[in-house]
Amino acid sequence: MSEFEPTHPPLLSARGLAFARNEQPVFGPLDFSVDAGEALLVQGDNGAGKTTLLRVLAGLLQADAGEVSIDGRAATASLRSRAVSYMGHLPALKSDLTALENLDFLCGLHGRRRGQLPGNAMAIVGLAGYEDTLVRQLSAGQKRRLSLARLWLAPSPLWLLDEPYANLDLDGINLVNRMVQAHLRDGGAALLTTHGAYAAPPVRTRMLVLGRAVANA
Amino acid sequence: MIRSAAKALMIRDLRLIWRRRGDALQPALFALLVVVLFALALGGEARELAKVAAAVLWLAVLLAGLLALDTLFRGDADDGSLEQWLLAPVPLAWLVLVRTSMHWATTALPLLVATPFLAELLHLPHEQLPVLLASLALGTPLLSLLGAVVAALTVGMRRSGILIALLALPLYVPILVFGAGSVAAAGQGLDPVGALLLLGAGLVLALVLAPLAAAAAIRIALD
Repeated sequence: MSEFEPTHPPLLSARGLAFARNEQPVFGPLDFSVDAGEALLVQGDNGAGKTTLLRVLAGLLQADAGEVSIDGRAATASLRSRAVSYMGHLPALKSDLTALENLDFLCGLHGRRRGQLPGNAMAIVGLAGYEDTLVRQLSAGQKRRLSLARLWLAPSPLWLLDEPYANLDLDGINLVNRMVQAHLRDGGAALLTTHGAYAAPPVRTRMLVLGRAVANA
Repeated sequence: MIRSAAKALMIRDLRLIWRRRGDALQPALFALLVVVLFALALGGEARELAKVAAAVLWLAVLLAGLLALDTLFRGDADDGSLEQWLLAPVPLAWLVLVRTSMHWATTALPLLVATPFLAELLHLPHEQLPVLLASLALGTPLLSLLGAVVAALTVGMRRSGILIALLALPLYVPILVFGAGSVAAAGQGLDPVGALLLLGAGLVLALVLAPLAAAAAIRIALD
């Protein structure tokens, strides 16, 4: 991760970023930036556009206005695919495959961080012993942990986490915080959406509060 | 990267097929049912059957493929896998091509293997069998590739069964005409190569264009 030293331009920055659905503004225009080693906590009520913002940043949706740059360069699809890992509401896990088989596939798809193995990642997220369990037999929280293991294995410096604390017990919330902390120490950055500040990782954190975007205006 | 992603996707699909082998057999069983019922309905008259054998086999294969079309991207769209495909450092069109090939290999290829037996059941004249196999070998991948575009277009909708059929059928008609037509031509002592070459040309074109079109459609559908 040496190419993303903290001396670089912000790992992620957005200027005038706005998105509208059917002419109704969902959020923005927003200006923010995240440096390597920082976390950005995106807060807002339900429907404030947190998920949409993350999907725009990940490149799943096209912004209507504004620009996103990653590491000082305008974000293109290929730059995003190498720099960004996205964990959304949908688990992206096949329920008919075992936990380890799912990780194997996702590592093949996204590449793998050097020196990390799926088995180790499963142990880190507290799923040791569940390697050969079908994902359909895992609980919602365990699936979330498996998604975290996938994230841990991905080589990207920028994590976009949509409600990472959902379905997790206290231990799991601590796990997310520890993982984010470790990732940031390695020179990464993370965006987390939550609808309350009840569980923020103990790291350098910026806040971005999304209001309900001028509905009925 | 491109190679490892393709390999990972192939292994995943094979594992999924194996875990749900009952479902995977459905298209093949459907084609078998069509052929057997047709033979029964026509009364097992060898000469009558021989005349329509090629057309019935082509239809059975085409309809079986149509039946399996909705499963091409539906599961991956529902559980969020497609999102991750979009974000992967591999071209989406490449993943679509690999996925479609696997789908073809698991739904159409078994039918292709079973075709000689089904043809025997329908008293297809033996000299027409190579032409039938060649037309199916060229035609079924083409059906799968065009089907992939249609499946990608409808992947954003919850229930798309009837829409898929309506969208795919007009695209399938020329393939059916040339496919079954090549065997009919061979049956009349004409040269079937022209129709087969057209199918081959269509296949080459679809191999290049269909994954790109399907990838674009998936991007729109997930918007």
